[in-house]
Amino acid sequence: MGEEDMNERYMPLAATIVVFLAIYAFGAAAYNNFLSTLVFGDLLTDNAFVIIAAIGATFVILSGGIDLSVGSMIGFVSVAMAALDAQGWHPLLSALLLVSFGAVFGGAMGALIDACDIQPFILTLAAMFLLRGLCFVITLDSLPINHPFVAAFSDWRIPLPGDGRLSASALLMLAALAAGIVLAHFTRFGANVYAIGGDRNSARLMGAPIRRTMIQVYGLGGFYGALAGVAYAFYTGSGYPLAAVGVELDAIAAVVLGGTLLTGGVGYVAGTLFGGLIQGTIQTLITFDGRLTSWWTKIVIGALLFFFITAQRSIMRSTALMRHPA
Amino acid sequence: MQTAKVELIGISKNFPGVVALDNVDIAFQPGEVHALLGENGAGKSTLIKIMTGALSRDAGAVLINGKPVELDSPAAAQAVGIGAVYQEVNLIPSLSVAANLTLERQPRRFGFISWRKAAEDARVALKRLDVSIDVERPLGSYSLAIQHLVAIARALREDTQVLVLDEPTASLDAREVERLFAILRDLKARGLAIVFITHFLDQVYQIADRITVLRNGRRVGAGPTSALPQVELVSLMLGHELQAVEERRPPAEAKAEGEPVLSVKELGAKRVMAPFDLELRAGDVLGLAGLLGSGRTETAKLVFGASAADSGAIRVDGKPVSIRSPRQAIRLGIGFCPEDRKREGLMLELTVRENIILALQTKRGWLRLLSAAEQEKIASDMIRALGIATPDADKPVGQLSGGNQQKVILARWLVSNPRVLILDEPTRGIDVGAHAEIVALIRRLCAEGMALLVASSELDEIVAFSTRVAVLRDRRKVAEISGAKIERDDIVQAIAAP
Amino acid sequence: MRLDPPAALQAPTRRPAAAPKFSEWRAFWPLLALALILLVDAFISPGFFTIRLVEGRLYGSLIDILYRGAPTAVVALGMAVVIGARGIDLSVGAVIAIAGAVMTELIHAGMSAPAVLLATLLVSLICGLWNGALVALLDIQPIIATLILMVAGRGVAQMIDAGTIVTFRSDFFSAISTGRLGPAPSRIVVAAAVYALTWAAMRRTALGLFVESVGANAEASRLTGIDAKFVTISTYLISGVAAGIAGVLITSDIRGSDANNAGLWMELDAILAVVLGGASLNGGRVYIFNTLIGVLIIQSLTTSILVSGLPPEYNLIVKAIVVFLCLLLQARPVRQAVSGMIWAKRT
Repeated sequence: MGEEDMNERYMPLAATIVVFLAIYAFGAAAYNNFLSTLVFGDLLTDNAFVIIAAIGATFVILSGGIDLSVGSMIGFVSVAMAALDAQGWHPLLSALLLVSFGAVFGGAMGALIDACDIQPFILTLAAMFLLRGLCFVITLDSLPINHPFVAAFSDWRIPLPGDGRLSASALLMLAALAAGIVLAHFTRFGANVYAIGGDRNSARLMGAPIRRTMIQVYGLGGFYGALAGVAYAFYTGSGYPLAAVGVELDAIAAVVLGGTLLTGGVGYVAGTLFGGLIQGTIQTLITFDGRLTSWWTKIVIGALLFFFITAQRSIMRSTALMRHPA
Repeated sequence: MQTAKVELIGISKNFPGVVALDNVDIAFQPGEVHALLGENGAGKSTLIKIMTGALSRDAGAVLINGKPVELDSPAAAQAVGIGAVYQEVNLIPSLSVAANLTLERQPRRFGFISWRKAAEDARVALKRLDVSIDVERPLGSYSLAIQHLVAIARALREDTQVLVLDEPTASLDAREVERLFAILRDLKARGLAIVFITHFLDQVYQIADRITVLRNGRRVGAGPTSALPQVELVSLMLGHELQAVEERRPPAEAKAEGEPVLSVKELGAKRVMAPFDLELRAGDVLGLAGLLGSGRTETAKLVFGASAADSGAIRVDGKPVSIRSPRQAIRLGIGFCPEDRKREGLMLELTVRENIILALQTKRGWLRLLSAAEQEKIASDMIRALGIATPDADKPVGQLSGGNQQKVILARWLVSNPRVLILDEPTRGIDVGAHAEIVALIRRLCAEGMALLVASSELDEIVAFSTRVAVLRDRRKVAEISGAKIERDDIVQAIAAP
Repeated sequence: MRLDPPAALQAPTRRPAAAPKFSEWRAFWPLLALALILLVDAFISPGFFTIRLVEGRLYGSLIDILYRGAPTAVVALGMAVVIGARGIDLSVGAVIAIAGAVMTELIHAGMSAPAVLLATLLVSLICGLWNGALVALLDIQPIIATLILMVAGRGVAQMIDAGTIVTFRSDFFSAISTGRLGPAPSRIVVAAAVYALTWAAMRRTALGLFVESVGANAEASRLTGIDAKFVTISTYLISGVAAGIAGVLITSDIRGSDANNAGLWMELDAILAVVLGGASLNGGRVYIFNTLIGVLIIQSLTTSILVSGLPPEYNLIVKAIVVFLCLLLQARPVRQAVSGMIWAKRT
């Protein structure tokens, strides 16, 4: 009976961490310098904006929804940052403006989804077109962001033992993660998100404010999407209208690999970090190898998705966490 | 604990095409367990949803201690001391017990939830019901009995004055029911008013002080439990409404002869229905009588293969057959009109014509589509034969009234020309005119030599068309009455017998 | 006689039910939208409706819309079937890439053109089978189930062509895509053939009825004896093969396999076309003709932005705004207000 002590809600998260450690250990065994703070620090830096976007997507998915507009939001924010830079705005000021825009834009999507009963998939798809379209209207070329603050941001780092370093992007991501964890697990808003994703009708009968929470969830998704755009702009020092095409899929994959059920209600924000890192590690491994080519990333991630989704399905069935199968 | 009297006065509620509640008065006294009884569709759920703020009412007033209150949300009802546990435990299985118990009222420090304190609160709330479990585990990992107790603990706040329990014992075993009743007696002693909805009559007599019976949205009986003997109660619940009782008694009494078309031996499924035998001959109408929860629908679904049996044998025309799915049953010439038309019967977006030809088309397979002309003819013939009120056959069936929808399902099976037709509550929720037409149709089909198995909560209706009646109680077939002996009182006796 | 004021206010919306005259003809609103777009074009660009015959082939803006819209139309027809059964297929873009890669490799391997075509369609059928099995047998939500192939599929396609853009020459495939059949560009003929086949499968066999029945109410379908698993799987097979055909068209057009970009975001345009055609993502109806109109709306929007002289970068924004409008007009509260009014009128 001892094995039953493990709370079943932790199982998907535990599986994610085990998979991450296994992949990382495989890398360490296969390549000499894989197990270094340099590689790990770069892993955090290179995947920072995807993981930030994925944290927002985690909330949306926990509530039982989906947000396809994240990639376009990143592209739009990066382009708008560059355009505002050309107007002489300070990057921090434009970041503040754009992150607020992201929150308001997301909130409006949440309001429409709830009030008009539109499927999130199709509404956020339209939003994806709209934001990408706005990118193209602003510019068709890659625009540089010349403000010295951006250069300073991407040069700034905390040295780690060994050769490694923790970049400002990585720190921003970790801060966003910490904020996400607190919001998800220690506020009534977070509790309501889990409740609505678990069983929307029951949540309503239990007195959870559905409309308000839906607006907040998509607003938060938009906020994190825009923040990811800011991180991307700082990281690349430029804005590009085709930036982050398809990142919404990477973000959703990170959430699923992080052990969150796509049907909502079950999962951990911290898992999304590991989900994002699993994708990043596979990419790093393939770059390290040199013989393997990039398509393996997609195939391996697809296979892992399949594995996680079918495994979750059976966990769900056996523990009756979900009363209504989706 | 402060206690209060809750009165509902003149409550009415209409849904499109249906009167769910019609001018209902009811009062709940502190320190009493008040049983609310009635068949499916009687209006019990609507009444408690109005009382707990989950639905709005069309007319009437809710008074607490004589003062009118507005209950426009579940939160508003909770604020005036009305707590409820709905039939399908309305909690969230993926959340921990503690999160379920404290949703929207979590203890916070500096704006952040203190889960340690929340877990403590949860344990305290459960302790009141004498439950001690690990509150950090997901609710879904516990048995339904525990989930029910958690739901009761959530409904019971410090200031709760009325506790509404909708079928709390449906999924509990005898020991768990005893435990629940001990808790209810304790709450009663503390001055709470308890509204208890159930279909177990023995439990009503064990725990209830007062009874109200609803039927078709109206209050048909009320009084202290001691003044309502079981036979009278059953009679009230099963109604006395069919006007044309004198034209009862099918003409074909002696016609049902020869080999049984369908015979069922020892068919049953654990926890669903105890093994039972049935025989149907051409020209038979076998009525399934019993109260809500007695196993009427379960019997129908087992015979049709819609739910899995784990014992028993079925013969069609004397030959042993296996029915493991509706597809097999349909190939053997069996049809089934379900009780829940919207969920299990109709494709609301599809047209009347498409809904009517569906079963016949299924029989023909997907390659041999009925031609447009054939479809038109079948649909218009059926619309005429059954008097389906629709402007044309290409109207989405979702736009018809309940009675006409029922006729569409009947038409669907009639065109597939079954030898055995199973009808589960064919007259539920339809108006008086359509009601009489469907009863007449059943008798006509019987006269034409079809074998019918009809489950109904309308006793008079069963008496009017059945050649034989199987009486069910507590998921068990307890009697079969046939021939001249089919009298309403006999059936009531058989249902109520201890 | 009872009339809810809000319902009365909502009356003049585009739901056909509000105007019984048009309720018989579901294509009215999508056609009206298409006509409006084309009308605007006629004003902006005189000669928009001119169709010329040059060297035996038809040319003109209208032909151009049909020509460019052909692959999307093929995919959207398959998508309409899947959505009718309350599913969705996100993997069609990836299946297009896989089909292109398979086709290119087999041409290089020296297989005869018709055999290549058959093998390619067989591979796309297998892709559909995979999706269908995940949805019907493993009971995974369609969005999630098809996401797997959407993510992995392009990787598989790249693996098949070993990561490079492989080109080929094939008269057979050029004839299928960029050639002409009589005066008509042959890919328009291919799309028309797919339309005819889909129509036949949906309206000349009972499959269409079963698909709509499963989409409208899966449990009731089971109780009526319909084999819902078979029906669900067959919808994904149809969508897979449709994507394969579109893959052949696109790959023949560029005479090479581009695993990264072939059919990129095609799933979104296809879903959009189905929704613009008036179908609900909640299933229950397959509108074949309307889906085609939906494709033409999307394509003529693009073309009209081109001829209007507006920079093409406005394309996506215009598309987004059109989609938003359509979604709002189809939203359930609006529908309910309208049907509530109709009901009130009756009583």
